[in-house]
Amino acid sequence: MCTYATINTELEGSAKGPDSAWFGVTRGTVYFDHPVHAFAEHTLNIDFADPARGPGARVAVELTAASARELVAAIESVLASAPAEMAGLSGSQAAVVAQQL
Amino acid sequence: MQDSLTADTITIAGDGGDEIEAYIARPARQDRRGGVVVIHHMPGYDRATKEIVRRFATLGYDSIMPNLHHRDAPGAAPDDAAAASRASGGVPDARLVGDVGGAAAHLRSLESSNGRVGVIGYCSGGRQSVLAACNLELDAAVDCYGAFVTGTPPPEYALKITNLVDQLPSLRCPLLGLFGNEDQHPSPAQVDELEAILNRHGKAYEFHRYDGAGHAFFHADGPRYSPAAARDGWERIEHFFATHLGG
Repeated sequence: MCTYATINTELEGSAKGPDSAWFGVTRGTVYFDHPVHAFAEHTLNIDFADPARGPGARVAVELTAASARELVAAIESVLASAPAEMAGLSGSQAAVVAQQL
Repeated sequence: MQDSLTADTITIAGDGGDEIEAYIARPARQDRRGGVVVIHHMPGYDRATKEIVRRFATLGYDSIMPNLHHRDAPGAAPDDAAAASRASGGVPDARLVGDVGGAAAHLRSLESSNGRVGVIGYCSGGRQSVLAACNLELDAAVDCYGAFVTGTPPPEYALKITNLVDQLPSLRCPLLGLFGNEDQHPSPAQVDELEAILNRHGKAYEFHRYDGAGHAFFHADGPRYSPAAARDGWERIEHFFATHLGG
């Protein structure tokens, strides 16, 4: 199906995008739908974008659901292993994340 | 050659008179003929759907696809425009009706037009095809596995859509529905519900459901392509449009 499952989230960081140029990323759009390029019926898609620079300022990824979950676990694991004060978590938050892994 | 055609990108008046991009394909032969509005799926105004537009021209119809994402990202690549549309909340139903209405009016304005226009859509476009047929003067509509014509969209979705149950009594033209029995969006039960509503209101419809076929079975580049369902489906579409748009 063309799913309607979409979440926008504000991001702060950078991405390397069109023409191999870095740009500041301000918005992430996460959705589950038909991919444009990946060979799967549906994929978990993330657009890292800066809408102020126009629709082409976008780094798009399309991941199978299984690999997207592995990515989420990897991100959580790396963040949990970083010193709490560097990863932006309080001690109690870091403990909660660590317990979930 | 009977299947010679021309194809072009043009500007048409969409909802509210907005100028939007559209892709049009027209048979080369000189005759009077019907028209087909093709509604692209949510991933965009893409190459695969433009191929469908050209196929309808080879079948003898003036065929047009409005770019439903044009306002979100004028001139952008189709995938970038689709992403921009999604991030801004998707295509509003009222705007869809206006854009399809503008596309139908453009087809009827052509010197080759016999005045008859049908609509066809795939995936989200299948729902939008039914939506258009409930709100516009059209002569035939085809719904290819559109989700949420019936059924209830999950409330947590950021893209707010509703089903079309309250609009179905207003369906103004015959409906051809093509569905895969392995699909869950729409599920066979939701197709049953749609069929029951159409029966209750005395609407003309023709449904074909394919065993072993899932969602997007027409999509030749996709992993769920079903040659048997797609071949039969195309034959059903050709017959349906010939019946309601020909002459």
